[in-house]
Amino acid sequence: MAASEEASRPFAGLSDVSISEDIPVEGDISVPVGPSRRDDEFSTLDEPVKDTIMRDLRAVGNKFIHVLYPKRSSALLRDWDLWGPLLLCVTLALLLQGGAADHEDQGGPQFAEVFVIVWFGSIIITLNSKLLGGTISFFQSLCVLGYCIMPLTVAMVVCRIVLLVSSGGIIFAVRLVVVMASFGWSTFASTAFLADSQPPNRKALVVYPVFLFYFVIAWMVLTYSP
Amino acid sequence: DSTPRRAAAAAGKMSSGSGSRNTEPWGSFDDNLIQGGGSAVIDMENMDDTSGSSFEDMGEMHQRMKEEEEVAAEAAATEDDVADDGEFLGMKGLKGQLGRQVADEVWQAGKRQASKAFNLYANIDILRPYFDVEPVQVRNRLIESLIPVRMINFPQKIAGELYGPLMLVFTLVAILLHGMKTSGTVIREGTLMGTAIGTCFGYWLGVSAFIYFLAYLVNAQITMLQMLSLLGYGLFGPCIVLLVTYNIHFHFLFYGLWLLLGGLSTLRMVAALLSRTVGQTPRLLLCGTMALLHMLFLLYLHFNYHTIVEGLLDSLEGHNMAPMQRVARDVPEVTLNATARNPGMLLSTH
Repeated sequence: MAASEEASRPFAGLSDVSISEDIPVEGDISVPVGPSRRDDEFSTLDEPVKDTIMRDLRAVGNKFIHVLYPKRSSALLRDWDLWGPLLLCVTLALLLQGGAADHEDQGGPQFAEVFVIVWFGSIIITLNSKLLGGTISFFQSLCVLGYCIMPLTVAMVVCRIVLLVSSGGIIFAVRLVVVMASFGWSTFASTAFLADSQPPNRKALVVYPVFLFYFVIAWMVLTYSP
Repeated sequence: DSTPRRAAAAAGKMSSGSGSRNTEPWGSFDDNLIQGGGSAVIDMENMDDTSGSSFEDMGEMHQRMKEEEEVAAEAAATEDDVADDGEFLGMKGLKGQLGRQVADEVWQAGKRQASKAFNLYANIDILRPYFDVEPVQVRNRLIESLIPVRMINFPQKIAGELYGPLMLVFTLVAILLHGMKTSGTVIREGTLMGTAIGTCFGYWLGVSAFIYFLAYLVNAQITMLQMLSLLGYGLFGPCIVLLVTYNIHFHFLFYGLWLLLGGLSTLRMVAALLSRTVGQTPRLLLCGTMALLHMLFLLYLHFNYHTIVEGLLDSLEGHNMAPMQRVARDVPEVTLNATARNPGMLLSTH
């Protein structure tokens, strides 16, 4: 009886608790947060603008190197940014657009289409990995997927240069090889970064949409004709 | 001695509530570390409390507490206003108060909307059970989607899962995009991407809803989730057929695959629906609609993106040479030959 009454009013018993005067009844009840953030250590207010920009550019460049040489590190995950993905996406879309803008028909891939595929696709992949129980945050995943488009953008540049020279059967074979290689590279790099955050038995389920995503982009790059 | 412990648990609950705010989607890596620190407190709390609280409960509780606080504060504020304005400012104050109240309400409504949209991200957990599969299960279900089961006296088991269907729909979108590009389809007032996504998702969601509605009318034992899963896995056959026939342009190959793979996946769905329906007329209605829609959809997807063949035929018959030269650039040899050899059959199919 007493127990049930106590349960219904959980804090009723507190009034009966007597605390002697000399014990302080105050304290910090927040969770201990560890050492303070790095941002506190140096102030960015009074540094030259050039330093700020250079630091950000260096961070972006650093991530590009990480994509080119994918080893299982969390550097790409720790400080995510969307500058690199934006840059790559716009570059790819402009390169794919270049030829199609002159034509009357709408057969070529349009700027908006590339843009939508890249961002919508990465969002779908990210949601999928979250739903499958991944432990990666939303923008970290977007960052990784965006940076890993880089091999395909490079392949697009190569294709444009090769197509400037001439077009024929051998040239198509060269483009095929380049695009397939960069497709494999993209998939491998993004898997290397994303795989650790997934439950081990479900990696195949997470990799499939990533594969599909880069496959569609690679196919667009391959079928580009000026 | 249980009261101090309970107080400590409550304190832990509160602090973990404020800690859970750090797990925002754009939380950096550091924030995740903080969350790790917070979870220790929650574990302790779990030992103490038998309510079996989890993160969601924490979030909810925190949310409710905050809302209650807000309501209380609001009530207090309005009381103060009434007292002040009524005594000192008279009519003018009443107007100002009214304006402020309206503005307040608008602001509150906007805030509620925004927080609801934001909470949608937290509510992703609601969908998680539907994505709880192993790769082996997905593979088995894909294979089973092409094997009709003849048992129709006892309700067949239909897995309620959305990973496979969703991925199949996206695969179909990609294949359709490929088909549109290679056939040189031009869509006015829209993009190829939007059309492909609209077609695939429209078919999946629309037909599922329609068949579910029919099933509801004829009292069939099937849920919306099962319907989505059944139809989604039923798209595996069409995916294969379209992938092959968009690249190899033989009409007989298409008809063969259409009847074989499309037919098998349709039969599988029809058998599952049959086993869950009672009576002759309901069965005929439900399964006839299902089979008709599914087979026609595949036919539509194939032939809608072969419009190029028709254009080619026109240009061969007429004297309009310019379109043919423009079109013929992308057409493989095979299509040209097949078109030239039997134009009559093509005409009849369009």
